[in-house]
Amino acid sequence: MSDDAPPATDASTDDHPPLEAVRYADGSLGYPGHPYGPDGQEPVGTVDLRDRTATVVTWTTSTSTPPGVRAPNHLAIVEFDVEGEPVRALGQLTSDDVAIGDEVRPVYAEELREPGAGIREPASQSWDGYRFDPV
Amino acid sequence: MTDVAIVGASMTDFGKREGEWIRDLLAEAGENCLDDAGVAPHELDHLYVSNMASGEFEGQAGVPNMLAHDLAAIPAYTQRVDQTSSSGGSGVYAAWQSVASGASDMTLLVGGEKMTHRTTAEATDVIASLTHPVEYKHGVTLPSFAGMTARLYLDQYDAPRESLAKVAVKNHKNGVDNPHAQFRKEIDVETALESPVVADPLRLYDFCPITDGSAALLFCSVEEAEERGEPYVRVAGIGGATDTHVVHERADPTTMGGVVESSEQAYAMADRGPEDVDVAEVHDMFTILEFLQCEGLGFFEQGEAWKAVEEGVTDRDGELPINTSGGLKSKGHPLGASGVAQVYELVMQLRGEAGARQVDCEVGLACNVGGFGNCVTTTVLEAER
Repeated sequence: MSDDAPPATDASTDDHPPLEAVRYADGSLGYPGHPYGPDGQEPVGTVDLRDRTATVVTWTTSTSTPPGVRAPNHLAIVEFDVEGEPVRALGQLTSDDVAIGDEVRPVYAEELREPGAGIREPASQSWDGYRFDPV
Repeated sequence: MTDVAIVGASMTDFGKREGEWIRDLLAEAGENCLDDAGVAPHELDHLYVSNMASGEFEGQAGVPNMLAHDLAAIPAYTQRVDQTSSSGGSGVYAAWQSVASGASDMTLLVGGEKMTHRTTAEATDVIASLTHPVEYKHGVTLPSFAGMTARLYLDQYDAPRESLAKVAVKNHKNGVDNPHAQFRKEIDVETALESPVVADPLRLYDFCPITDGSAALLFCSVEEAEERGEPYVRVAGIGGATDTHVVHERADPTTMGGVVESSEQAYAMADRGPEDVDVAEVHDMFTILEFLQCEGLGFFEQGEAWKAVEEGVTDRDGELPINTSGGLKSKGHPLGASGVAQVYELVMQLRGEAGARQVDCEVGLACNVGGFGNCVTTTVLEAER
């Protein structure tokens, strides 16, 4: 799969699924959600991160990619600040023109990698999601 | 709880074993291990096989039963142990448990993987399939986790890029004297720094190769080992732990929580601390992992392991030799075999049979990591000779 995957679009479009973090009873946030949080309790709410910006914690450009993945593949761990509560996410970058500490925003992509090209059963998970674009 | 000894050890040559498959590799290591101990197959109560993905790589399932038949060990109880790259260490844990609990008097552990018939992209994908769906769909690989963590480590601790290259140089140098290693060739820092980028800032020589191979260990009680009258190694302490499945959920990606937790368990059981360890084998699937584990194991303060490498502390003739086998970096990394082969190296060291690689040691430690620190086992071994 080359870098000409389906185009990313602006995250604020309501048609796109949320970039959904969960809130646990102790007030902490998590992405992705798990059945139980760090406190052993079920999530008590959700937070949509689509319209927020995040800070790059670290990033890489992967040149040796698996079947169905664009090459090179720019990736980052980013951190959102939701009213003082941090929550991190990992995702593809739209560009390698970033540095630790830079601000990025989510942009929707219909297909992040080609379903079925790799070992995982295509029907077992979703393949769309959000890339991070330098602000 | 029964005190547990390791009385036999073997490993096959690691590398590209053309024409040989998982069945051949496991049988070779298993037979050689039994020969090393002078134990007959029918004496085995339990037989464990550490293997991550023979089904995915080769279309071969049911490997423990297959090996029991090939070794003539039937009716020994068999079990497969899969904990991704730490399948070997988890197999050590399972084999130790079987004897310590009294469930088995004699347990053979064989770890192995056949990988090189697959392309690098295919093998990378099999390994990456351990990731969470939100990671997998972005095309994340284990090397890309290493690249992101290395960038953060270098930035956070003001470490020079050359320090990572020096890990590769050290482990390649050690591998020259290991007759079973995949690469027996020294490299220099410049070669490492000029090799192709794989996951920026890491380059080709920061990564272990794709490997075929197998290794085996034989476990029994210390009482039985004493009666045999041969040098043996005592399992003084062992621990196992997990960290988050989703790597980005860790508060500090440069801290390996599973290493910290499992080593605390192993040290407590052995009534030892990091200062007692004379030689260690750590899971250098990527050069950055050697830093993270050495710090998590308590050998060096957080953010200081790179200085120890720069100063030669972890060289074979240093104060704390790390990866005298050549590590995964030079010896190779057949997933299910690696944790078993780490202990094989320590058994050779503690029995005084490591040849040109021999260091002065009484206590050894092995740390085997699955995923990017997702599951970890730590084992403390003591010489009895």
